[in-house]
Amino acid sequence: MSASDLWLTYQSTVAFVGLNGLLALSVYTTLSCGQLSLAQAGFMAVGAYASALLTLHTSAPFPVVLLAGALAPALLAVPLGLPVLRLHGVFLAIATIGFGEVVRIFFVNLEATNGALGLVAIPQRTSLPTIYLALLGALFVLWRIRGSRAGYALEAIRQDETAARTMGIDANAYKLSMLVLGAAFAGLAGALDAHFNFMVAPESYSFGRVVDMLVYAVVGGSAAFYGPVVGAAFLTLLPEILREVSGPLGLEPGPLRLFVNGLVLLLVVLFLPNGLVSLPRRLRRWRAERRGEAYAP
Amino acid sequence: MLLSLSDVRRTFGGLKAVDGVGFQVAEGEIHGLIGPNGAGKTTLLNLVSGLIRPSGGEIRLSGKRIDRLPSHRIAALGVTRTYQNIRLFPSLSAAENVLVGSHLRRADPLWKRMLFWPSCRREEADAAEWTAALLARVGMAERAGELASSLSYGEQRRVEIARALASAPRALLLDEPTAGMNPTEVASIAVLIREVARAGHSVLLVEHNVKLVMDVCHRITVLNFGKVIADGTPAEVGADPGVIAAYLGSEA
Amino acid sequence: MGQQIANGVFLGSIYALFALGYTLVFGVLDILNLAHQAVFMLCAYLALFLVLHLHLPMFAAFPVAVGAGGLLGLGIERVAFRPLRGRADSNVSGLISSIALATVLEALALQLFGPDVERFPFGIVPDRSLRVGGAVISELQVVIVAIALSMLLALTWLLRRTALGRRIRAVAESPKAARVLGVNVDRVIASSFFLSSALGGAAGVLFGLAFNSVSPDMGRAVELKGLAVIILGGMGSMPGAALAGFALGLVEVFTVAKLGSSYRDAVAFGVLFLVLVLRPRGLLGARALREA
Repeated sequence: MSASDLWLTYQSTVAFVGLNGLLALSVYTTLSCGQLSLAQAGFMAVGAYASALLTLHTSAPFPVVLLAGALAPALLAVPLGLPVLRLHGVFLAIATIGFGEVVRIFFVNLEATNGALGLVAIPQRTSLPTIYLALLGALFVLWRIRGSRAGYALEAIRQDETAARTMGIDANAYKLSMLVLGAAFAGLAGALDAHFNFMVAPESYSFGRVVDMLVYAVVGGSAAFYGPVVGAAFLTLLPEILREVSGPLGLEPGPLRLFVNGLVLLLVVLFLPNGLVSLPRRLRRWRAERRGEAYAP
Repeated sequence: MLLSLSDVRRTFGGLKAVDGVGFQVAEGEIHGLIGPNGAGKTTLLNLVSGLIRPSGGEIRLSGKRIDRLPSHRIAALGVTRTYQNIRLFPSLSAAENVLVGSHLRRADPLWKRMLFWPSCRREEADAAEWTAALLARVGMAERAGELASSLSYGEQRRVEIARALASAPRALLLDEPTAGMNPTEVASIAVLIREVARAGHSVLLVEHNVKLVMDVCHRITVLNFGKVIADGTPAEVGADPGVIAAYLGSEA
Repeated sequence: MGQQIANGVFLGSIYALFALGYTLVFGVLDILNLAHQAVFMLCAYLALFLVLHLHLPMFAAFPVAVGAGGLLGLGIERVAFRPLRGRADSNVSGLISSIALATVLEALALQLFGPDVERFPFGIVPDRSLRVGGAVISELQVVIVAIALSMLLALTWLLRRTALGRRIRAVAESPKAARVLGVNVDRVIASSFFLSSALGGAAGVLFGLAFNSVSPDMGRAVELKGLAVIILGGMGSMPGAALAGFALGLVEVFTVAKLGSSYRDAVAFGVLFLVLVLRPRGLLGARALREA
């Protein structure tokens, strides 16, 4: 393999790490206030289609296209959120899964966008720096929220929503804002992805997609805002590394990736519930206990 | 009158938990709410703080109706509370818990945060000072950085009170703040409650410790089976035959 | 019209069977087992394997596959749910760990069987058609509906009339109270998973036969429909799941007849959405989430 071939393969993996990181953050935003929302695949689809249509039919500059990709699903999140955020736990998860599927089916049936075949020949306007700029932007926003009055309000809602309300925290408004923010992140990722992979097709935005996003967020750790990005990086890189092994063993890359995702998620949920980012702390504690010392975090 | 309840009713299924309750709490008054188990005291607190809606009747704060408002609006109007089974945020420190309580007093717009606006630093420092002062008031200054879940029971109660005071409320609802405490701790809570009232807050105190209530309260309302059976000063209530009858045979 | 009804009942009986398994576990544990669809899919493959490679007749392969489904359910409970039992957020973490397990099982199926659709061999099941009041029904359809209905009835009998059924209902009501009364809650939960997954596996085999198609992703589509069914019927309500299963089958068939097949799935989610927003406890559901 020549050097330029190597870069090409390497480049797309790095791109996916960035995109998956952004997608993981879109699930994290709602998890951070205690809501399990699984509508993000639908939001991603809306962002992808909106931006692709703009590129294909207008001469809008790329930043505008990306902005549209982030805004379209963000606006959609409001009428979704108002009725749905009254629900909790499993019910909210199911309602948002349903929403995501409705969006997908909508696009499958939409003549104007070629239905199930989707849009193709989208010029590649996304570059690695753009992806990472977007990711860093999202991380920045989340970083600044943490430790602020809003950040504490979100944490309070996550730990005890009822008690938070009796302190004057408007939980509904905060939850809706996080849903909208997550939708914007997912839409932005969708727009970037569409202009990186040349195409948009409804099958890329299925329930399986949002499960992937959830896996990144949970595996990385949803207590810290950078956790999901760590999870995304880990789970995007791991199959690439395993690919070296899979060939000789006769394992297909598709099933292997799925298997790795599932297994890692299972192990994390069972043994490391606060995700990979909590691993250093856990190891320190374990080592201290081993030596018979008291551990003070 | 700061807080007035008239003919407040609440049914659950067929059960009348609160059945036509009315009383009033003045500014700066410590008002006790006592009664045997199941008399409807906690339900009443839940009604006043907006966790549940009344099935009938009115609750007014300085004349303005609050009984159909969501709980965060009621808190914004100046009513905060503590909980019978202590609901601190477990993975936040004592100081952070109180900081959350000061939510209503703070102004920390996110756009300023994004732009690293200089006033953010100052606002944060002010909030930290306010929090520290409140913790000192309840005697928890040295334990400010401890995780709420690692505090002792009595300490948690005091942090919860500090948290409820953090928004400078007009009325503070306390739900059995001395449950499970020894006499020394009860005495220090009594001192704290008197001090809170002197500082201008009204207190609605739900309690099982009748002695504490008699000592500390200006007026007392006694409930049984969701109805008011007595309302007056500690002396009046203590001598009321209906109250004595209600308490005979139940753990007081 | 009669044809639509017949098709609707047929489709609905499979949905009902699948949803029953979901709702049984939810009723007992307050947890949604999203690995249910993996059992659905794997049992279909098992039946196919038994028929194709071991040359078992269908009436023997079916019970074996169903039993295997039950055993798989025991495994799922042991691995994905029991370790999380004490945790505060066990509803959500159980949901996530079941998703994880489902992903692993789906990956295994993909690796072992490949992504293509497999079919049952010709002639494995009776294929004659009957004409009943203006509708054309195949013998296979009749058999499937009969099996589904008898399993529904068997489950109802088990829950109403047997000691195990009483214990299951007690734990569904309140695990703490049941434990105090001497019920072995762990054993009851395991039994519920066995029954639930057996039903899911049965639904899978029947589905595979009905549409003569077995593929690793067959579970995904039905899983989401199943969610719509249990929400519509009311989480934790078994009569609700059965009723809603048939209702959805009928509504889907009529939708396809009037609007074309591209909207059939949208119906399920539309219903799901409306129910959650307007009446979250569904048609026959009693409660939202139990207070432990």
